[in-house]
Amino acid sequence: MHPSATTATPVTATAPDALPQVPHDIAPLLLVPLLALLMLPLVGSLPIWITLTVAGLAMGMMIFIMASGLTLIFGLMGVLNFGHGAFVSVGAFTATLVFLPLRGWLEVDSLLLNLGVLGLAILLAMLVTGILGWAFERVIIQPVYGQHLKQILITTGGMIVAEQLINVIWGAEQIPLPLPASFRGAFLLGDAAIEKYRLIAVIVGLTVFAVMFLVLNRTKIGLLIRAGVENREMVEALGYRIRRLFVLVFAAGSALAGLGGVMWGLYKETLTAAMGGETMVMIFIVIIIGGLGSVGGCFIGSLLMALVVNYAGFLAPKLALVSNILLMITVLLWRPAGLYPVAQH
Amino acid sequence: MLKHLLSDDLPRSRFLTVLLVLILFGLAFAPFITSGARPLNTAATICVYIVLVASYDLLLGYTGIVSFAHTMFFGIGAYGIGLGLASAGPFWWIAFSGLLCALLLTILLALIVGLFALRVRAIFYAMITLAVASSFAVLASQLSDLTGGEDGKTFSVPALLSPSFHLFENEVFGRIIDGKVITYYLVFGVALMLFLFLLRVVNSPFGRVLQAIRENEFRAEALGYQTIYYRIAANCLAALVAALAGALMALWLRYVGPKTMLGFEVMTDILLIVVIGGMGTMYGAVVGAALFMLAQNYLKTLMLQASSALVGVPFLAEALHPDRWMLWLGVMFVVSVYCFPAGIVGKLRST
Repeated sequence: MHPSATTATPVTATAPDALPQVPHDIAPLLLVPLLALLMLPLVGSLPIWITLTVAGLAMGMMIFIMASGLTLIFGLMGVLNFGHGAFVSVGAFTATLVFLPLRGWLEVDSLLLNLGVLGLAILLAMLVTGILGWAFERVIIQPVYGQHLKQILITTGGMIVAEQLINVIWGAEQIPLPLPASFRGAFLLGDAAIEKYRLIAVIVGLTVFAVMFLVLNRTKIGLLIRAGVENREMVEALGYRIRRLFVLVFAAGSALAGLGGVMWGLYKETLTAAMGGETMVMIFIVIIIGGLGSVGGCFIGSLLMALVVNYAGFLAPKLALVSNILLMITVLLWRPAGLYPVAQH
Repeated sequence: MLKHLLSDDLPRSRFLTVLLVLILFGLAFAPFITSGARPLNTAATICVYIVLVASYDLLLGYTGIVSFAHTMFFGIGAYGIGLGLASAGPFWWIAFSGLLCALLLTILLALIVGLFALRVRAIFYAMITLAVASSFAVLASQLSDLTGGEDGKTFSVPALLSPSFHLFENEVFGRIIDGKVITYYLVFGVALMLFLFLLRVVNSPFGRVLQAIRENEFRAEALGYQTIYYRIAANCLAALVAALAGALMALWLRYVGPKTMLGFEVMTDILLIVVIGGMGTMYGAVVGAALFMLAQNYLKTLMLQASSALVGVPFLAEALHPDRWMLWLGVMFVVSVYCFPAGIVGKLRST
């Protein structure tokens, strides 16, 4: 225990009564279970419902991993990186540098070995995208702070260049990326088939969410980031260099996009340079639904969107094509600034 | 007269004037100074893109709205005329009613998206239009019963415009005046009129308000302008012109398909042209579109030569491959956003 804690006890004992409590806004939290339960009678069969729900959760987790960085970056500095998708592709393609030479190890049906290779690939991908993100922020974003129009243009330009560079380095053909042997197939839970890889995706997603949650809520840096999202000037006025913090967040967000890219690439089992751009649309919808800048909202938004896509794909395949947009419109009609609006934006 | 036609918005640079006159004459006499199908195709594409990019410039350069839905409206115009002609046969009234339906749909969608998303900040609008446009593209490629899916649809145009129609028995200045040439002049004429119309719009009092919104929205609002109405009006107008450009493109190609009409590549092309040509200047669209299309069609040949000359060099040979020409344009785009925000036209006017 910290030595000063004992002396501070009398003060902290009365403090909770003195401070007005922020009311907990739990309505959005209930959306995901509510949606899942509502769909059960519509789907009609429990095993199929379980399969669909797990598939939706897995997809949602992967989208969350990719989108969480972007929403934080926007929340902190009001920078919207249209080139975020490039980090997704770069992450996935970097992972092939590990996957292709170690292809033999991936064919061995040993969970530990496969996880080791996956871990190595993720580590490399996150390292590369993190460094790239840092460089991107320094070179591309910094000159256009506060100029939204130019930011959109410049980051879109960055995206085009990055996509083409991937084609130059890795060739223009799409690269097949088979799942490691022990991730293939599904196991049965009663009558419901659950694909193993989706379970892994859920676990990775939950881990990322938990780590982010802890960092944001239990560390000094997290406190500063949250404070910066709420009120940038105040944090600067208190003597913290928010730009330095921002570079850190930008690099971390890019690394997360890289991680998401590896997971997404394995999920799709093929890589194309355009994959980042394709995921970008989903990422935008998710962060709009969640409320720009809100990590919690982004998490709920990802799960909601992925579940809706999966249920709609089963119930009304034609509707699934526009289900994203319909969901976004519905949410925005309910809460025009997203599920958890951030004050500053 | 000329001053009146150009809405008193002259090029204001000698070199730019020469360039514009060259482009105008090149496009006006394209069927006679070139031979074969490819140059004429390039010229027609330039005409369509000038209109498309100029209408986008009304949004981006004059009003300061970033939209990613411009291809959607371009596609609606193209599909309107294309699907009409494909399903009901090559008649003029079909073409016009198809176009009318497309324009109605365009204005409806532009109004809805505008009302929905233009109330908030530019960045929000950019994201929402990107989402809507990509969903629309997916829809068009998946509803294959209606739209022909990924393959798109080819159709025949009214007899006057079809290649088998000959206006005169003999050649005129070394070219047979067939339906293709007539179509070209239709495209050219409509494009020219639409461009002059847009030039008039941006130099009208309405256009001045748009520029005021771009410069300082708060102040424009304080002067008593309901900025939201002006933004929505600009959005609808730009969408309508884009749809008309799409209809011209469909008429010229006698084909509609998701990749050429709705693909994200078209959107990036528009962005590149408008920024490299010069945002906030209608002439930027002309210069940009002409250079871009010429580069797209002829730079690749040059790059092929460079690439094969450097075949031993590991990175450069790949980077100079003709398919990678977008890499260099992307780099040029980023550089021009930093160094010449006013693009080629702005650079020419300032020197």
